[in-house]
Amino acid sequence: MFNVPILNLVWFILVGVLFTGYAILDGFDLGVGTLHLFTKTDAERRVMLNSIGPVWDGNEVWLVTGGGALFAAFPEVYASVFSGFYLAFILLLFALIFRAVAIEFRSKMEMGWWRQMWDVGFSIGSVLSALLIGVALGNIALGVPLDANHEYAGTFLGLLRPYPLLLGVTTVALFAMHGAIYGVLKTEGKLHEKLRSWAKRSVAIFVVCYILVTLATLLWVPHMTETLGAYPWLYVVAVFNALAIANIPREINLGRDFRAFLSSCLAMVALMTLFGIGMFPNMVFSMPSPENSLTVINAASSQKTLWIMLIIAIIGVPLVLTYTAVIYRIFRGKVRLGPMSY
Amino acid sequence: MDVLTLARLQFAFTVGFHYLFPPLSIGLGLLLVIMEGTWLATGKPIYHQMARYWTRIFGLIFAIGVATGIVMEFQFGTNWSVYSRFVGDVFGSALASEGIFAFFLESGFLALLLFGWDRIGPKLHFFATCMVALGAHFSAVWIIVANSWQQTPAGYHLVETAAGRWRAEITDFWALVFNPSTVDRLTHTVLGAWQAGAWMVVSVSAWYLLKKKHTDFAGRGLKIGLIVAVVASLLQLVSGHDSAVGVSRNQPAKLAAFEALYKTGPAPLWLFGWVNEKEQEVRFGVAIPRGLSLLVSGNPNEPVTGLDKIPEGDRPPVNVVFQTYHAMVAIGMGLIALSIFSLIQLLRGAIYEQRWLLGLLVLAVLGPQLANQLGWASAEIGRQPWIVYGLLRTADAFSKTVGAQPIVASLVLFSLVYALLFAVFIFLLNHKIQHGPEESDLPPTTPLQQEPRADV
Repeated sequence: MFNVPILNLVWFILVGVLFTGYAILDGFDLGVGTLHLFTKTDAERRVMLNSIGPVWDGNEVWLVTGGGALFAAFPEVYASVFSGFYLAFILLLFALIFRAVAIEFRSKMEMGWWRQMWDVGFSIGSVLSALLIGVALGNIALGVPLDANHEYAGTFLGLLRPYPLLLGVTTVALFAMHGAIYGVLKTEGKLHEKLRSWAKRSVAIFVVCYILVTLATLLWVPHMTETLGAYPWLYVVAVFNALAIANIPREINLGRDFRAFLSSCLAMVALMTLFGIGMFPNMVFSMPSPENSLTVINAASSQKTLWIMLIIAIIGVPLVLTYTAVIYRIFRGKVRLGPMSY
Repeated sequence: MDVLTLARLQFAFTVGFHYLFPPLSIGLGLLLVIMEGTWLATGKPIYHQMARYWTRIFGLIFAIGVATGIVMEFQFGTNWSVYSRFVGDVFGSALASEGIFAFFLESGFLALLLFGWDRIGPKLHFFATCMVALGAHFSAVWIIVANSWQQTPAGYHLVETAAGRWRAEITDFWALVFNPSTVDRLTHTVLGAWQAGAWMVVSVSAWYLLKKKHTDFAGRGLKIGLIVAVVASLLQLVSGHDSAVGVSRNQPAKLAAFEALYKTGPAPLWLFGWVNEKEQEVRFGVAIPRGLSLLVSGNPNEPVTGLDKIPEGDRPPVNVVFQTYHAMVAIGMGLIALSIFSLIQLLRGAIYEQRWLLGLLVLAVLGPQLANQLGWASAEIGRQPWIVYGLLRTADAFSKTVGAQPIVASLVLFSLVYALLFAVFIFLLNHKIQHGPEESDLPPTTPLQQEPRADV
């Protein structure tokens, strides 16, 4: 459809896969963090923390590897976005740092104030991470001022426009929903029932946000829907997305928690696919000078590098998926607090 | 201050702080393998207790390593965008390999190492421990490959992009991976990390012996730690020598700065001294005449390239490189002597009464940490004024779109947050050490027999 070398297309998809993997996996970690302060007792909070305890840092590696792949495959995007969104990314880093160390530090001491402090750090870090990730995606979709050298020519406050902020809030809602469903899977008793009701509520909040984002995209970001308009069969993805989302409350009501979680994962895959379809072949839209947009061609590394990295990915990714699956299998089931727990 | 200085300060500060932790993860990873392996081989419960005790400390260190490490990966883009555009084609593949081959392995199996004791069998758990240690070592491999390419670029050519900029592109992946300094620098770094881990175990064990607490636990820990320390520090002597010879071949300006050699010719080896950069001479120093010539070429009369052969604009700052390098060497030598002497005393059974020696061993944990930091400082400052040796200058490589104010803001925030992290880390580490090994860790646990707890 566009005249794009196959390797550039493959890496556009692979970078997308890595970030989708990140959204699905760390998404529920950040969602659990978002809901964390709604639980009141220490035992409940420990169950929340330990539901993600063994897996959260493996999940964060998807972001690290996604960032590495972006650097390697599309260095111009990495350089322009990270330097352009400087303060936003620094804030994201602090949010991720607090999230990470709060998990590790919180339960090491008994004092109430100590635990409360890290609970707040964990929760704010999680919400802020989700928000900033959404804001960044909103900006590259809406378009940011890039000059002919692909350098960002705007300001920090210029990033906080309504559309990106709306996408940020939507991301928080999406992760909260995803985290609530994950929590339903991992808990039992009273907390389980609480999370079940939060899951239903957060689905509703997410659906409202999602409808608003769709409307805003149609109104303000028409270039995100051009490809869909040109190739109407791609609406299959949008329909699939709607079905996956609609299926979540249904499965929760039927008590099929794992299927609800699976639906939530599939909805995220569909959302990221729609985002990718809207962006392609662009990676960062430039506004007001669209000719300066970063694309899968002008932002990419050499064909040789893309080829070498593809070999690395073909060797590495199946290994990663295999032992990740085995580890999730070993830690399946409800959370049990033990002597090594957080 | 200008943007360049601020960006360099921020990178130096954040990488210096981060680098307190990965060497400990790598070194403790190896020690965990040895401890748990000894338990499997001997069946003695005390090694099981030891492995679990150090696993908890490993978890704490690892978490801060991850949290501060992600900053480094983002920072190439945020503060060094010109550099990122220039090296992305080359550097990026090493970084992506690090994610795929090292970080996933490390963090995935870490879940089993930390939380798998009661869920999987001892052999599978040991396998997980080995994979975590292996992952930690792999992460060193790829980041050192990338960093070594900055020191001694190979396997690339320069290409002009459509935007009219020049960048390095891969021509030969293996030449890039095994660029002339990779093997020397990787060996040197990993041995430094083993020492960091070993001395951590030595220090904590010595402290217990000093307080006459957990003496059996501490005595055995001390033995394992000291054996690894002796082996690693002796190997480090060989590796350090090879690295210096490599630097003399590949980066003569850096070697000249290491030894403050201004004039090309048969060169002395300084033991210590103070460089007067204006007068281009070393003051208050003691040197072995022709020692440097002898060391790098085996021939005392062989001339060594001095800074006079390097254009003035391409010379690194000399005194700071000289001091950091010599301090690293001095600490390394001291650690060799201390580890061998202490091991002999331990094997004789005399160390338990030598309180001064135990006290020294408690403090010696700072030695490898200092040497690791100082060594990196001299390697990186010695590369200046280049960010990619001979290809791209540091002064040209920073992000042009980021002003001084945002960097000051982030630098202040990093300082505050890292100070807090460090304080909490030391507090928790101290807490764990004071608490000591758990009696309940003595009997080995069997998989999946733990009863669900009633309080959940």
